Amino acid sequence: MSAVPDLDWQPSAALDTLRKRAEGLALLRQFFSQRQVMEVDTQLLSHSAGCDPFIDCFDVLYRAFPGAEPEFLYLQTSPEYAMKRLLSAGSGPIYQLGKVFRNGELGQRHNPEFTMLEWYRPGWSMAELMQEVRAVVQLFLPQQTFVECEYRSLFRQHLGWDPCTTSLAEIKVFARQHLDLSFDDEDRDTWLNLLMSHLIEPQLQGGVFVTHFPASQAALAKRVHDVDGEPMAARFELYLDGLELANGYQELTDAQEQAARFQADQAQRAALNLPVRPLDQRLLAALAAGQPESAGVALGVDRLFMRAWGKETLAEVLPFAFSRA
Amino acid sequence: MANYSSNQLKNGLKVMLDGDPCNMLDVEFVKPGKGQAFTRVKLRNLLTGRVWERTFKSNETIESADVMDTDMEYLYNDGEMWHFMDPNSFEQVAAEKNAVGDAAKWLKEQDKITVTLWNGNPIAVTPPNFVELEVVETDPGVKGDTAQGGSKPATLTTGAVVRVPLFIEIGEKLRIDTRTGEYVSRA
Repeated sequence: MSAVPDLDWQPSAALDTLRKRAEGLALLRQFFSQRQVMEVDTQLLSHSAGCDPFIDCFDVLYRAFPGAEPEFLYLQTSPEYAMKRLLSAGSGPIYQLGKVFRNGELGQRHNPEFTMLEWYRPGWSMAELMQEVRAVVQLFLPQQTFVECEYRSLFRQHLGWDPCTTSLAEIKVFARQHLDLSFDDEDRDTWLNLLMSHLIEPQLQGGVFVTHFPASQAALAKRVHDVDGEPMAARFELYLDGLELANGYQELTDAQEQAARFQADQAQRAALNLPVRPLDQRLLAALAAGQPESAGVALGVDRLFMRAWGKETLAEVLPFAFSRA
Repeated sequence: MANYSSNQLKNGLKVMLDGDPCNMLDVEFVKPGKGQAFTRVKLRNLLTGRVWERTFKSNETIESADVMDTDMEYLYNDGEMWHFMDPNSFEQVAAEKNAVGDAAKWLKEQDKITVTLWNGNPIAVTPPNFVELEVVETDPGVKGDTAQGGSKPATLTTGAVVRVPLFIEIGEKLRIDTRTGEYVSRA
């Protein structure tokens, strides 16, 4: 008999938590089924990759036969592109509940592989979708209350200045006064993200929908103008007691604008020496063929469970967290 | 000296920051959904003891510090320096008051002590969690009073003063928890 190595073979979540997790996943499916939203399970493995500069995917190797010259494929960081192709194909409202993969994202509230709930509502406004996001959260936290706050107001309220009009130099000075930093960066959004995550998020109590993001943080959201005529992104994020839980858009449907944003992301990747991977040309073709106006959102299910069950780390709600996977 | 990149940071890592050796007490990965990743670290400056937080960006590199915890035997104090010996190599080091700090009052000759060396020089001294020291001065013991809660100060051989039960007499050996500075029992 050989010695059994002393390994962490046991689950990182307690078994009663895993039972609640199973019920939670079933509850989510029931919720969308009752609302006539179709479940889809699009490919995890794709020939193209998301091009968000700061979301890194896993590159995996495909071989036509064992020993054949391998070809790179990419694990999805979100099912967004595939689901939008379904919208263009006339799917109607759809949701997906499954795993996504993000390279290098590991911490108490990050696991490189996690469960995402993503859904799209053709014909809906962002405001209508935010109501539905509330209902999803309240499946698990029935007493949860929510407020809405514009990104600009949040900075004015907590930091005392306007993120749209304050110069990058002034923002840097402010950041260095409040945080000990040894780096520099010329990307304005990096500084705004830094201040948001370090100084504002810890102050957010309860459910907070942050809306009207800076236009530079639009990603795949439509751009609009706020009351002062500032260009803003039709994007929202939901925070639950300071934890980033969901990210939603009034979806961009303009193929040319989408192509331009893809190119800008690829250029930024190249400038930062980040991997530049193949773009999803099929998404651009689907947009060009016509996509219904939609609102869509992605929600981190493990984080929702974490908050709902009073856990401090993702590991406590995952069968096997990364270190034991 | 080796360099760490900010994704290799973890609790207990010893690094050089602003010229001083520091210990990482807590490492938190911060990643806004669409933004760059940061690593927020709670640090202790091993020379000054100051604890503070610094945030690193994902592509920063941080120099490692040649800091080692070594088990040594405490030899003696010459009035200015505290002398320790590595029981394996018999090599001796001398630590200044700054490095010894509050540990001085728990140091008994021949006890096993943890000495933190930076580039071979002692920068911190950690006594064992429990030490046994003799009482050299205290008020006379109160006979029979073993149950009641009262206490009195007692001075130990090293000069440390601790609160002890009323029944303790001069010459007794006591077991002390050095982390709290509290009396545990008779030794």
